[in-house]
Amino acid sequence: MASERSNPKAAEPLVEARGLCVDFGRHHVLHGIDLVIPRGQTLAVIGESGCGKTVLIKSMIGLVRPTRGKVLFDGRDLAGMTEQELSRQRVRYGFLFQQAALFDSMTVLENVAFPLRQHSDTPEGEVRKIVLERLAQVGLPENVLVRKPAELSGGMRKRVGLARALVMDPEIILYDEPTTGLDPIMSDVINELILRTRRVQPVTGVVVTHDMNTARKVADRIVMLYPLARLEAGEPQVIFDGRPDQLEAVRDKRVAQFIRGEAGERLMEMREQAQASRA
Amino acid sequence: MSQGATDYASPHGLAGWRPAEVATDWISRLGGLVLGRVAALGDISLFGLRTLTWLLTRLPRKETLLPNFYQIGVLSLPVVALTGTFIGMVLAEQSHSTFRYFHLETRLGGVINLTLLRELGPVLAATMLAGRVGSAMAAELGTMRVTEQIDALSSMGANPIHYLVVPRFLGCLFLIPTLTVMADFMGIIGGWLYSTIRLDIDSHHYWENSRKVVGLYDVFSGVFKSLFFGAAIALISCYRGFNCDPGAEGVGRAATSAFVYSFVMILILDLLLGILINTVYHYLWPEGVGFF
Repeated sequence: MASERSNPKAAEPLVEARGLCVDFGRHHVLHGIDLVIPRGQTLAVIGESGCGKTVLIKSMIGLVRPTRGKVLFDGRDLAGMTEQELSRQRVRYGFLFQQAALFDSMTVLENVAFPLRQHSDTPEGEVRKIVLERLAQVGLPENVLVRKPAELSGGMRKRVGLARALVMDPEIILYDEPTTGLDPIMSDVINELILRTRRVQPVTGVVVTHDMNTARKVADRIVMLYPLARLEAGEPQVIFDGRPDQLEAVRDKRVAQFIRGEAGERLMEMREQAQASRA
Repeated sequence: MSQGATDYASPHGLAGWRPAEVATDWISRLGGLVLGRVAALGDISLFGLRTLTWLLTRLPRKETLLPNFYQIGVLSLPVVALTGTFIGMVLAEQSHSTFRYFHLETRLGGVINLTLLRELGPVLAATMLAGRVGSAMAAELGTMRVTEQIDALSSMGANPIHYLVVPRFLGCLFLIPTLTVMADFMGIIGGWLYSTIRLDIDSHHYWENSRKVVGLYDVFSGVFKSLFFGAAIALISCYRGFNCDPGAEGVGRAATSAFVYSFVMILILDLLLGILINTVYHYLWPEGVGFF
């Protein structure tokens, strides 16, 4: 059902990772990732904490530079762009950060209006109208406009973050753990908002999450990453790539354990490692 | 998969004591430290270069400049004025005891004002501002880094250097010399009041001697140095904030190290610029101006 919603131009790739490797010093996070995200698709990247999901999503917008390999956006290598060119391309993106990353020195109005003021000469009256529209879209009343982020609840902050990500009508929205730290109801509100955004405009989406409800509900396609440190040499880091309904049929124990949320022998392994390090 | 025991023997006893290994380990650690420092120096130079490039490409908007100027300039006025006044008074008190010994109390004005304008005013004002402004900038930018606000800026197509560093750099570059002039002025007043009221020195002689000894070049040299102090404080503090480690501890460390590195840089620059200023002075006026 999810795939039926996809765009007719779906074959055309918008973001593409080719042999993407990211290291931080001696710490290897991503290795040999090949991923093509067609226009209009919503992709969920799942995996346990520390497997490199956030690094992957940040490298898709050029916030993390690849050590080897490249990331193409609309056919162009992000690492090959000048700072100015990259800034221009980023207007085509929306990014919802894990903790919303609102500027705490600014009010909600200034936060949501930031991209507009940065990239256009829209008159102030118009800016206020657009901001109010976006806030209404995520279900926030007019009286939050003058509040500072510190005065808002976690769910409200996330929704302001989403309004800010949507304000420039982006072609692609990257969601970094959109439901982490929220109660089940607010999590579902965010899921609904992600779905509704797709219905309103044919936007491409990448959702990084370890919440299986979110992944199943919003994605056309799910990719599962596995931490490099736990892989044997030569094994691919992407251990599942397919539609959400294909997940149940997967034989791979690692995938099955993750989607059911079972620790398996992990606790024993951790104990053994702790004992080995003490010896 | 359990980790096997490594071939390093237990630290107890001398059975596994291998001097060659210990020495190479020590040398490699030292090498690592040196390489790290050199890389950091290169990194901060690039950071400075990018700041200058953005400064020349496009000036920040008024709305981003003014709050920074207010934070750096207006809010620092009381502490800088207080610092200046006390330097003047302390200088008067300390030099008086020595000058009285040679019966040269009337020359006090010259030495107080010269020391103030050339050295203590700029250096102590800059130190005070490295503590007040520098640490605050490092902590603020560090918090922004840790809470992904700097990434958020980039993701919205705003350049963090242009948006965050350039206004702070301009603020420090223009306002730290201005505040130094303020500190100098308060120091001159403090020194004069203390000398005439508490030390009973004749006001006429005090100013007459100051006029003879202190020239415009001394005023210029102090302000000239403070331009560099301002630039160094801004760049070091912003750099520390941008490269902040995660967590509350990281932010704390960024703020402290911003002050420590700024202070060390102020001392190094003070010496180097002092040499440069004196060389130029002797080149321009080979005769010099005698103090006594």
